[in-house]
Amino acid sequence: MTQAPFDPGLALGEFCRDRRETGAVASFTGLARAEAGQTTLLELEAYPGFTEREIGRHEAAAVARFGLQDVLIIHRTGPIPPGEAIVFVATAAPHRRAAFEGCDFLMDYLKSRAPFWKKETGPDGARWIEPTDRDRDDLARWETQ
Amino acid sequence: MLLFGRLADVAGWRERDIPASSLADLRGRIAAEDPTLFEALQAPAVRTAVDQEMVTLDVSLQPGSEVAFLPPMSGG
Repeated sequence: MTQAPFDPGLALGEFCRDRRETGAVASFTGLARAEAGQTTLLELEAYPGFTEREIGRHEAAAVARFGLQDVLIIHRTGPIPPGEAIVFVATAAPHRRAAFEGCDFLMDYLKSRAPFWKKETGPDGARWIEPTDRDRDDLARWETQ
Repeated sequence: MLLFGRLADVAGWRERDIPASSLADLRGRIAAEDPTLFEALQAPAVRTAVDQEMVTLDVSLQPGSEVAFLPPMSGG
Protein backbone atom coordinates (compact mmCIF):
# COMPACT_ATOMS: atom_id res chain seq x y z
CA MET A 1 0.00 0.00 0.00
CA THR A 2 1.18 3.48 -0.75
CA GLN A 3 -0.06 7.01 -0.10
CA ALA A 4 2.11 8.35 -2.91
CA PRO A 5 1.21 8.31 -6.63
CA PHE A 6 2.80 5.39 -8.51
CA ASP A 7 3.57 4.70 -12.17
CA PRO A 8 1.78 1.50 -13.31
CA GLY A 9 3.94 1.31 -16.45
CA LEU A 10 7.11 1.33 -14.40
CA ALA A 11 5.68 -1.32 -12.04
CA LEU A 12 4.77 -3.56 -14.98
CA GLY A 13 8.21 -3.15 -16.56
CA GLU A 14 9.93 -4.15 -13.34
CA PHE A 15 7.54 -7.05 -12.78
CA CYS A 16 8.37 -8.46 -16.25
CA ARG A 17 12.14 -8.16 -15.83
CA ASP A 18 14.43 -11.22 -15.54
CA ARG A 19 11.80 -13.89 -16.10
CA ARG A 20 13.00 -16.95 -17.96
CA GLU A 21 10.21 -19.39 -17.06
CA THR A 22 7.23 -17.01 -17.28
CA GLY A 23 5.30 -17.16 -20.54
CA ALA A 24 2.52 -14.76 -19.55
CA VAL A 25 2.11 -11.62 -17.51
CA ALA A 26 -1.36 -10.07 -17.18
CA SER A 27 -1.98 -6.75 -15.50
CA PHE A 28 -4.84 -4.46 -14.53
CA THR A 29 -4.68 -0.78 -13.62
CA GLY A 30 -7.64 0.97 -11.98
CA LEU A 31 -7.79 4.75 -12.37
CA ALA A 32 -9.81 7.32 -10.42
CA ARG A 33 -12.69 8.54 -12.65
CA ALA A 34 -13.94 12.11 -12.79
CA GLU A 35 -17.57 11.02 -13.55
CA ALA A 36 -18.09 14.08 -15.78
CA GLY A 37 -17.05 16.49 -13.03
CA GLN A 38 -19.18 14.80 -10.33
CA THR A 39 -16.09 13.40 -8.60
CA THR A 40 -13.31 15.79 -7.74
CA LEU A 41 -11.53 13.52 -5.26
CA LEU A 42 -11.51 9.90 -4.13
CA GLU A 43 -10.32 8.99 -0.65
CA LEU A 44 -9.28 5.45 0.19
CA GLU A 45 -9.00 4.32 3.79
CA ALA A 46 -7.36 1.07 4.91
CA TYR A 47 -6.88 -0.75 8.22
CA PRO A 48 -3.06 -0.87 8.40
CA GLY A 49 -1.76 -4.34 9.18
CA PHE A 50 -5.14 -6.01 8.77
CA THR A 51 -5.59 -4.89 5.15
CA GLU A 52 -2.16 -6.16 4.07
CA ARG A 53 -2.77 -9.51 5.79
CA GLU A 54 -6.20 -10.00 4.21
CA ILE A 55 -4.83 -9.16 0.75
CA GLY A 56 -1.94 -11.57 1.37
CA ARG A 57 -4.37 -14.40 2.15
CA HIS A 58 -6.21 -13.85 -1.14
CA GLU A 59 -2.97 -13.52 -3.03
CA ALA A 60 -1.92 -16.93 -1.67
CA ALA A 61 -5.34 -18.34 -2.66
CA ALA A 62 -4.91 -17.00 -6.21
CA VAL A 63 -1.40 -18.44 -6.48
CA ALA A 64 -2.66 -21.88 -5.40
CA ARG A 65 -5.85 -21.83 -7.48
CA PHE A 66 -4.40 -20.64 -10.79
CA GLY A 67 -0.83 -21.88 -10.45
CA LEU A 68 0.65 -18.39 -10.56
CA GLN A 69 4.40 -17.92 -10.34
CA ASP A 70 4.25 -14.41 -8.94
CA VAL A 71 1.82 -11.61 -8.04
CA LEU A 72 2.28 -7.88 -7.54
CA ILE A 73 -0.49 -5.76 -5.99
CA ILE A 74 -0.13 -2.01 -5.44
CA HIS A 75 -3.01 -0.16 -3.78
CA ARG A 76 -3.17 3.59 -3.13
CA THR A 77 -4.68 5.01 0.06
CA GLY A 78 -5.43 8.60 1.05
CA PRO A 79 -6.68 11.32 -1.32
CA ILE A 80 -6.55 10.43 -5.06
CA PRO A 81 -7.43 12.96 -7.79
CA PRO A 82 -9.14 11.80 -11.03
CA GLY A 83 -6.74 10.32 -13.57
CA GLU A 84 -4.35 8.81 -11.06
CA ALA A 85 -3.93 5.07 -10.51
CA ILE A 86 -5.73 3.59 -7.50
CA VAL A 87 -4.81 -0.06 -7.93
CA PHE A 88 -2.41 -2.20 -9.94
CA VAL A 89 -2.41 -6.00 -10.13
CA ALA A 90 0.07 -8.08 -12.14
CA THR A 91 0.19 -11.87 -12.34
CA ALA A 92 2.86 -14.12 -13.84
CA ALA A 93 2.27 -17.69 -15.04
CA PRO A 94 3.69 -20.15 -17.54
CA HIS A 95 0.65 -19.61 -19.83
CA ARG A 96 -1.83 -16.79 -20.47
CA ARG A 97 -5.11 -18.28 -19.15
CA ALA A 98 -3.80 -18.59 -15.59
CA ALA A 99 -2.36 -15.06 -15.71
CA PHE A 100 -5.64 -13.53 -17.01
CA GLU A 101 -7.86 -15.43 -14.59
CA GLY A 102 -5.65 -14.83 -11.56
CA CYS A 103 -5.64 -11.09 -12.27
CA ASP A 104 -9.43 -11.03 -12.79
CA PHE A 105 -10.03 -13.00 -9.56
CA LEU A 106 -7.79 -10.69 -7.51
CA MET A 107 -9.47 -7.56 -8.86
CA ASP A 108 -12.97 -8.89 -8.09
CA TYR A 109 -11.78 -9.59 -4.55
CA LEU A 110 -10.17 -6.14 -4.16
CA LYS A 111 -13.33 -4.37 -5.41
CA SER A 112 -15.75 -5.81 -2.90
CA ARG A 113 -14.01 -7.79 -0.14
CA ALA A 114 -10.63 -6.25 0.63
CA PRO A 115 -10.60 -3.99 3.72
CA PHE A 116 -10.74 -0.59 2.04
CA TRP A 117 -13.31 2.16 2.37
CA LYS A 118 -13.80 4.60 -0.46
CA LYS A 119 -15.26 8.10 -0.27
CA GLU A 120 -16.18 10.13 -3.33
CA THR A 121 -16.21 13.92 -3.08
CA GLY A 122 -17.91 16.15 -5.68
CA PRO A 123 -19.79 19.42 -6.03
CA ASP A 124 -22.74 17.97 -4.07
CA GLY A 125 -20.63 16.80 -1.12
CA ALA A 126 -19.09 13.48 -0.12
CA ARG A 127 -20.47 9.94 -0.04
CA TRP A 128 -19.14 6.51 0.90
CA ILE A 129 -19.09 3.99 -1.93
CA GLU A 130 -20.30 0.45 -1.25
CA PRO A 131 -20.01 -2.55 -3.53
CA THR A 132 -22.66 -2.63 -6.28
CA ASP A 133 -24.75 -5.68 -7.26
CA ARG A 134 -22.48 -5.90 -10.28
CA ASP A 135 -19.40 -6.10 -8.02
CA ARG A 136 -21.06 -8.88 -5.99
CA ASP A 137 -22.05 -10.79 -9.15
CA ASP A 138 -18.48 -10.46 -10.42
CA LEU A 139 -17.15 -11.97 -7.20
CA ALA A 140 -19.79 -14.73 -7.16
CA ARG A 141 -18.48 -16.03 -10.52
CA TRP A 142 -15.47 -17.46 -8.66
CA GLU A 143 -17.58 -19.26 -6.06
CA THR A 144 -19.55 -21.34 -8.54
CA GLN A 145 -16.60 -22.56 -10.57
CA MET B 1 -12.04 0.78 19.50
CA LEU B 2 -11.57 1.68 15.83
CA LEU B 3 -14.20 2.90 13.36
CA PHE B 4 -13.81 2.88 9.59
CA GLY B 5 -15.57 4.45 6.62
CA ARG B 6 -19.02 5.90 7.24
CA LEU B 7 -19.04 4.65 10.85
CA ALA B 8 -16.34 7.20 11.73
CA ASP B 9 -18.52 9.93 10.18
CA VAL B 10 -21.54 8.77 12.24
CA ALA B 11 -19.51 8.84 15.47
CA GLY B 12 -17.40 11.92 14.76
CA TRP B 13 -14.26 10.01 15.85
CA ARG B 14 -12.27 7.04 14.58
CA GLU B 15 -10.27 5.81 17.55
CA ARG B 16 -10.94 5.76 21.29
CA ASP B 17 -9.96 3.89 24.44
CA ILE B 18 -13.08 2.44 26.09
CA PRO B 19 -13.03 0.17 29.17
CA ALA B 20 -15.01 -3.03 28.42
CA SER B 21 -14.75 -6.67 29.48
CA SER B 22 -16.40 -8.14 26.38
CA LEU B 23 -17.77 -7.18 22.99
CA ALA B 24 -21.31 -7.21 24.44
CA ASP B 25 -20.15 -4.94 27.27
CA LEU B 26 -18.58 -2.58 24.73
CA ARG B 27 -21.79 -2.47 22.66
CA GLY B 28 -23.78 -1.73 25.82
CA ARG B 29 -21.54 1.20 26.67
CA ILE B 30 -21.89 2.57 23.14
CA ALA B 31 -25.69 2.16 23.29
CA ALA B 32 -25.84 4.21 26.50
CA GLU B 33 -23.61 6.95 25.15
CA ASP B 34 -24.49 7.22 21.45
CA PRO B 35 -27.65 5.36 20.33
CA THR B 36 -27.16 6.49 16.71
CA LEU B 37 -23.71 4.93 16.57
CA PHE B 38 -24.98 1.80 18.35
CA GLU B 39 -27.67 1.39 15.70
CA ALA B 40 -25.14 1.90 12.89
CA LEU B 41 -22.91 -0.81 14.42
CA GLN B 42 -25.84 -3.25 14.55
CA ALA B 43 -26.35 -3.20 10.75
CA PRO B 44 -25.93 -6.75 9.37
CA ALA B 45 -23.33 -5.60 6.83
CA VAL B 46 -21.03 -4.28 9.57
CA ARG B 47 -18.36 -6.82 10.51
CA THR B 48 -16.32 -6.90 13.71
CA ALA B 49 -12.64 -7.69 14.21
CA VAL B 50 -10.95 -8.23 17.58
CA ASP B 51 -7.16 -7.92 17.51
CA GLN B 52 -7.40 -8.01 13.70
CA GLU B 53 -9.29 -11.33 13.58
CA MET B 54 -12.90 -11.45 12.37
CA VAL B 55 -15.39 -12.49 15.04
CA THR B 56 -19.10 -13.27 14.73
CA LEU B 57 -20.06 -14.00 18.36
CA ASP B 58 -19.43 -12.24 21.65
CA VAL B 59 -15.85 -12.53 22.88
CA SER B 60 -14.14 -11.38 26.06
CA LEU B 61 -11.68 -8.50 25.79
CA GLN B 62 -8.31 -8.06 27.48
CA PRO B 63 -6.66 -4.76 28.42
CA GLY B 64 -5.28 -3.40 25.14
CA SER B 65 -7.61 -5.44 22.90
CA GLU B 66 -8.26 -3.72 19.58
CA VAL B 67 -11.89 -3.83 18.43
CA ALA B 68 -12.62 -2.63 14.90
CA PHE B 69 -16.03 -2.15 13.30
CA LEU B 70 -15.89 -2.58 9.53
CA PRO B 71 -18.70 -1.31 7.26
CA PRO B 72 -19.08 -2.73 3.70
CA MET B 73 -15.69 -2.69 2.01
CA SER B 74 -14.86 -1.26 -1.39
CA GLY B 75 -11.40 -1.01 -2.91
CA GLY B 76 -9.97 -0.67 -6.38
